[in-house]
Amino acid sequence: MAYVALSEAEKTFILHGVEEDFRCDGRSRRDYRPMELETGVVSNASGSARLRLANTDILVGVKTEIDVPSPLAPEYGKLEFFVDCSANATPDFEGRGGSDLAQELILSLQNAYESPQAFDYRSLCLIPGQQCWKLYIDILVLECGGNLHDAVSLAAKAALFNTKLPRVTATLLDAGITDLIISDNPYDCTRIGIETAPLLVTVCKIGDYCLVDPTAEEEGCSTVSIVVSVSMRNGEPYLSGTHMTGGGSMHRDTMQNCLQLGLSIGEQLNTLLTKMLKQEQDRVGPKRPKTVGFLK
Amino acid sequence: MASNFELLSEQGLRLDGRRPHELRHIQCKLGVFEQPDGSAYMEQGNTKVLAAVYGPHQAKGKKTESNDVIINCQYSQATFSTAERKNRPRGDRKSQEFKMYLQQALSAAIKSELYPRSQIDVYVEVLQADGANYAVALNAATLALIDAGICLNELIVACTASLSKNNIPLTDISHIEEVSGGPKLTVAALPTAQKIAFLEMSERFHIDHLETVIETAMAGCREIRDILEAVVKEHLLHMGSAADWGRVC
Repeated sequence: MAYVALSEAEKTFILHGVEEDFRCDGRSRRDYRPMELETGVVSNASGSARLRLANTDILVGVKTEIDVPSPLAPEYGKLEFFVDCSANATPDFEGRGGSDLAQELILSLQNAYESPQAFDYRSLCLIPGQQCWKLYIDILVLECGGNLHDAVSLAAKAALFNTKLPRVTATLLDAGITDLIISDNPYDCTRIGIETAPLLVTVCKIGDYCLVDPTAEEEGCSTVSIVVSVSMRNGEPYLSGTHMTGGGSMHRDTMQNCLQLGLSIGEQLNTLLTKMLKQEQDRVGPKRPKTVGFLK
Repeated sequence: MASNFELLSEQGLRLDGRRPHELRHIQCKLGVFEQPDGSAYMEQGNTKVLAAVYGPHQAKGKKTESNDVIINCQYSQATFSTAERKNRPRGDRKSQEFKMYLQQALSAAIKSELYPRSQIDVYVEVLQADGANYAVALNAATLALIDAGICLNELIVACTASLSKNNIPLTDISHIEEVSGGPKLTVAALPTAQKIAFLEMSERFHIDHLETVIETAMAGCREIRDILEAVVKEHLLHMGSAADWGRVC
């Protein structure tokens, strides 16, 4: 994690703010910082999204490929996550400097998406046992302003929503060999169902209190945080994975509270994201404003 | 290799509809990020590049022994930037090569005597690659250096050029023109002083045409410089509007 230099006095100030439920930027412990989200920013990718959560900047591109399903799960498609921490974020990430953090992010995303209840892998299957879609979800961290896990999972979900898979028809040839015909028409495409796709919520423990969406400074004050991945099914939030980061420890009751907080925040975030993505999708046709990307 | 492929139609238009001397559409912005000392975003056609500059700061490690400024560059290309997915964003031969070329070209532009024993980090990230990646990366790096307030002798800009079958020079090569087998010449220049800081060429053509192709690339550089200067001026006006800089300019 990018290192932030904080003095003891600054740490105390942040700590007192958290105790008063009035953080340095005026938020309460359950509030998020303002977010900007735009989909369809990279035209070379099948789907893409850019998310800016205050100073955290994430760009996600989804690439598709046809692959053979694994013999253990012949009816499932494949997802592969890749995170690259760009040196643009901090000089510490130069060369291989960001690979530890990248690996941590990849693992927590993999964990969250592992369950077939959290992501509909069947929809990515073309011919069971023979052909399936493999989606590469490539995440680029361009600036680190704290709370990377949440930002990355939000951006990944938005990019999956934006992904267009070309329609595939299979024809049966002699001797049981199937041939795939992939549509050339860029508008003849299918979407991926993301209703259940999980979101990660980092619950950070500072002093005796738990809070969400920590800034880089707040992350510096916290000894332990817990990443909760929340997947929605039938309007109910489910836990699809969780892991702890940081060197500290927490009491079982505190952990229970953290998980509860994470679940309820995850539910709210998910509703908000779904609403925003719907709006984004409705802005199609001639009325759609030009994508602004980084030119705003 | 489709070497018989014609880059210029009978009507004198290129594959993407441009005329031979036309640049692609350029859009750029300074100060995209807050954490780096300087940052810039540049779009040239469909090639999109982000650049960030950290420094000047104290040189790290062994490098402190040298009395000169150390210009440390990194060129990386997002895995989703090309039509085929790239396996890793950096560390391959092409990006090592570009990194060296960036260092070379930028050292020619930075007033190194002002920054003894210090280091300037320049990081470039190609988000979408559609030809002339090096040239756009260098232009973005220049803008980021300006945003970071680092003294330059002059804007350093790069432009590519090629030669069609009937020997008409083409400015600013797109990816499709790059791969269809024509020659490609990249020039990084200090356009006002008319100096060339870096030149690279691939494929072959007759030496008689070299002069015209270089001149075409230089003309492209001058055009890009004018665009960049306008952007920098507008950015400064915007930044300094509180101090009423608008009247000074």
